[in-house]
Amino acid sequence: MIAILTFSIFAAAMIVPLFFRNGRRPTGWLIALLPLGVTAYLASLFPRAANGAPETFSYNWAEEFGASLSFRADGLSLLFAILITGIGTLVVVYSGDYLKKNKNLGRFYGWLFVFMGAMVGVALSDNLLLLFVFWEFTSLSSFMLIGFEHEKESARAAALQALLVTGGGGLAMLAGIILLGQAGGTLELSALLSNETAVQSHPLYLPALILILLGAFTKSAQFPFHFWLPNAMEAPTPVSAYLHSATMVKAGVYLLARLNPVLGGNDVWMYSVGGVGLLTMLAGSYLALFQSDLKRLLAYSTLSILGTLTMLIGLGTPRALEAVAVLLLAHALYKGALFLVAGALDHETGTRDVTKLGGLFRAMPVTAAAAGIAALSMAGLPPLFGFIAKELVYETGLEFNSWLMAAIIFMGLSNVFVAGVVGVGPFFGRLVKTRKKPHEAPIGMWLGPALLTGLSLLAGLFPGGVSSLMVSTAVSSAAGEAVKVKLALWHGINPAFLLSLGTVLTGIALFAGRNILRNVLRKLEWKWGPAYFYDRTLDGMNVLARIQTRLLQSGYLSLYLIIIILTLSFGAGATLFRIKDISLPLSFSDFRFYEAAIAGLIVGAALAAVVLPSRLGAIAALGVVGYGVALTYLIFGAPDLAMTQFAIESLTVILFVLAFYHLPKFNILSSPRSRRRDIGIALLGGVLMTALVLIAVNVEIAPPISDYFVQNSVEQAHGRNIVNVILVDFRGMDTMGEITVLGIAGIGVYALLKFRRNRGGRQ
Amino acid sequence: METILAFVIGALYAAGIYMMLRRSLVKLLIGLGLLSHAANLLIFTVAKLVRANSPVIAAGEQTLSTPHADPLPQALILTAIVISFGVTAFALALAYRAYKSVGTDDLNEMKGTDV
Amino acid sequence: MKIVSLILRTTVRFLFPLLLLFAVFIFLRGHNEPGGGFIAGLVASAAYALYSIAWSSKEARHAVGVETRMLIGAGLLVALVSGLIGALGGQSFLTGLWGYISIPPLFKVEVGTPVLFDIGVFLAVLGVTLTIVFALEEVE
Repeated sequence: MIAILTFSIFAAAMIVPLFFRNGRRPTGWLIALLPLGVTAYLASLFPRAANGAPETFSYNWAEEFGASLSFRADGLSLLFAILITGIGTLVVVYSGDYLKKNKNLGRFYGWLFVFMGAMVGVALSDNLLLLFVFWEFTSLSSFMLIGFEHEKESARAAALQALLVTGGGGLAMLAGIILLGQAGGTLELSALLSNETAVQSHPLYLPALILILLGAFTKSAQFPFHFWLPNAMEAPTPVSAYLHSATMVKAGVYLLARLNPVLGGNDVWMYSVGGVGLLTMLAGSYLALFQSDLKRLLAYSTLSILGTLTMLIGLGTPRALEAVAVLLLAHALYKGALFLVAGALDHETGTRDVTKLGGLFRAMPVTAAAAGIAALSMAGLPPLFGFIAKELVYETGLEFNSWLMAAIIFMGLSNVFVAGVVGVGPFFGRLVKTRKKPHEAPIGMWLGPALLTGLSLLAGLFPGGVSSLMVSTAVSSAAGEAVKVKLALWHGINPAFLLSLGTVLTGIALFAGRNILRNVLRKLEWKWGPAYFYDRTLDGMNVLARIQTRLLQSGYLSLYLIIIILTLSFGAGATLFRIKDISLPLSFSDFRFYEAAIAGLIVGAALAAVVLPSRLGAIAALGVVGYGVALTYLIFGAPDLAMTQFAIESLTVILFVLAFYHLPKFNILSSPRSRRRDIGIALLGGVLMTALVLIAVNVEIAPPISDYFVQNSVEQAHGRNIVNVILVDFRGMDTMGEITVLGIAGIGVYALLKFRRNRGGRQ
Repeated sequence: METILAFVIGALYAAGIYMMLRRSLVKLLIGLGLLSHAANLLIFTVAKLVRANSPVIAAGEQTLSTPHADPLPQALILTAIVISFGVTAFALALAYRAYKSVGTDDLNEMKGTDV
Repeated sequence: MKIVSLILRTTVRFLFPLLLLFAVFIFLRGHNEPGGGFIAGLVASAAYALYSIAWSSKEARHAVGVETRMLIGAGLLVALVSGLIGALGGQSFLTGLWGYISIPPLFKVEVGTPVLFDIGVFLAVLGVTLTIVFALEEVE
């Protein structure tokens, strides 16, 4: 059932765009029913996961590769999947209004559903190869969605950047998955969990870990791969909210949490995952401070949270994992809402620059209220869910040393600051005149932020209910053992609370002086970031491609052939030369007179085909070569081949005569010098092939596999002519392919000869 | 006989390669024909030669008894012969179309993509 | 180009039915003796090709009876169907299934899906070859 569920979303991706043909525009509300239904179904699976009996599904796919279609809906999977479809529902509704006038809305929905299906697949897959397939689908759909406004060059460049970075990481991850499979003996996640010690003591553990981490880090935009995420803000805002904040970028975090019980729990894991997370957290927190574009502000603060989540998984204590689950949820709720608000602001005012926005509370009261509450959750103020998340993060930090705590406080500060700039700044203070006259967004566009913020509030006020249930089961999966989590809004006045109080107050002060801060920091901007190296690498590859194209693609066919023949001669020749213990069987005794006569006939005819000045003569000589070859087949026990060769040769001669009737006579076009060069190359090729045959005849690497065909021809295939039995039965699939190719060649010839080119008809 | 055929194959390859290196399109087609003969003969020879005993099981028998030619390379070559026929035909048609479009059969003149 | 000798026409008049008959013969014995769909298709093609040289491609087309490109499609379809018969029986695609048609005591013939497959090969080869030959002949 959960497999059908996943694939039904892919099916929707194909069907939904059909509704948009012929200018019809169904409403987003209708389309949102599908993800809504999926969400409801997923939620109904929660009790089973909590009782330790998660819903599973398994189907053998390609057993020999260890790939099976196996799905498993445990707590962590469900938490993530529900996040995906739930926010997806709101985004579908939102997009209907946001892209109301866009003529490609159908395609947009198509790719959005591809993404949603892929993400649900990532969340529910129990097989690592299956997970990888879905993983790549998310990269692909992200590429299409970032580049949705493909007329814009910046959008195309950002899409390509995201694809190259995450796709490259994905490839590394595939290699890592295969190594992990070698180390653990299985690719099933649920089975790997019990092989923890075997995996970690295996020599392949470290390479597998590094490769898988590369995949997770690129996907979750961890330092130094973080640069693609802010650039991905070229995407339409609902996409930014959905893919690049709430869900896709968390896939890496999800994978880390998922693999934590197998790969984690040691120093390598803690320092690599924790360290990279820490760096990302600091980089994102810092870079967010001087942005003025709404979406880039949110993107950098998303980076800081992604870094925090990764760092927490690296730390790996039960409290840290608890903080991961809660922060994941809280962040999706408030950041999703804020992104959607940013989109609404852009849509209604025509700008995303925070310095050009202000005092919009009167014009857009509902949006403003949603933004304000979401910002409070982001800043970590009670009674919102963000507060609980932040307290947990602070408490985790306090378990470790004070340097780590300082870094976490810096992240908290940055988030309070961004929350103020995005959620409060545009709505209060003096009204700034904008290009468009602002008014409240349509219902589809404020419903999403309002619902998400409402959930932030509810989850904060009643943490003991659903949130405890969801978080407990998720943390149990990530920790690899049953963990009972009891969330509470109020933990008393403890060090964490005091520190967070201080953070909020300092953050507010920073917010008040935001324009000065931005200007000071802008002066410190640094251009030698990883993005710089990405650009230089890309440029370098283009230069390399140009050079080698100019070098190899001269346009002269003969030159290509010469390169091929020389490469082959020297490559194969060198190998043949190195085989020492082979004596060339230069025995000319084992032949009969007529056989030698046929051999002489073939060579003579081939020579004639080369030197004869007339076309008909050359064709006739070619025909003689063919008949000579056919006779050779006949002598050496291949009557089928001989008959085929005779028939084909006759037909080929007919074809040549018919075609050459329309083609020009032989011309001598080349200079004597180039002819001498070509003779040399031809002789080199000929000598190589002769040597190859002489050596290969005496080498038998493996016993011939035709014994099977010989033994089973009569018994199983009811035929005594083994050649024919191979063609129509044993290897029937090959023959099927062959006649298909032949058919295509026939149709191609027909098209080339029969369809006249429409002169001047090319537009 | 393998030794003799090895030289025959070498000669066929050399002739085929030489013809394919010509600038004239029609000579290239002849070269293509020579080359495919060479390749088929190569597979055939390398798979060991057995005189006269074709891989056909006698009526009433279950399997081959005497030393016999290997049926698998034969099946491969049979396929290759038919495919190379298709390729030759396609190349001829392509040559005809190219000659009609460009007005020359000099391959060195057919460098660009513009017609 | 149509200056064809009387000798050729007379020869072909006798040869043409013989070649077709020969093709059928080669096809039928193909599973047990040298022969089969490929060779039979080529021999039959040669017959029609000779016919078209002796008379004209128009008359040869008339002798074939159907559009040659249809033969290609028909051949591929027959081969595909022969494979699907095995697949529908729950076995993998192109599994050979065998049975007997017998009217005892008159005769007993073994038939199987590989024979059907070979018919597909025959039709495809014939179709492709004739499509090419006729198209080349009809180039103005």
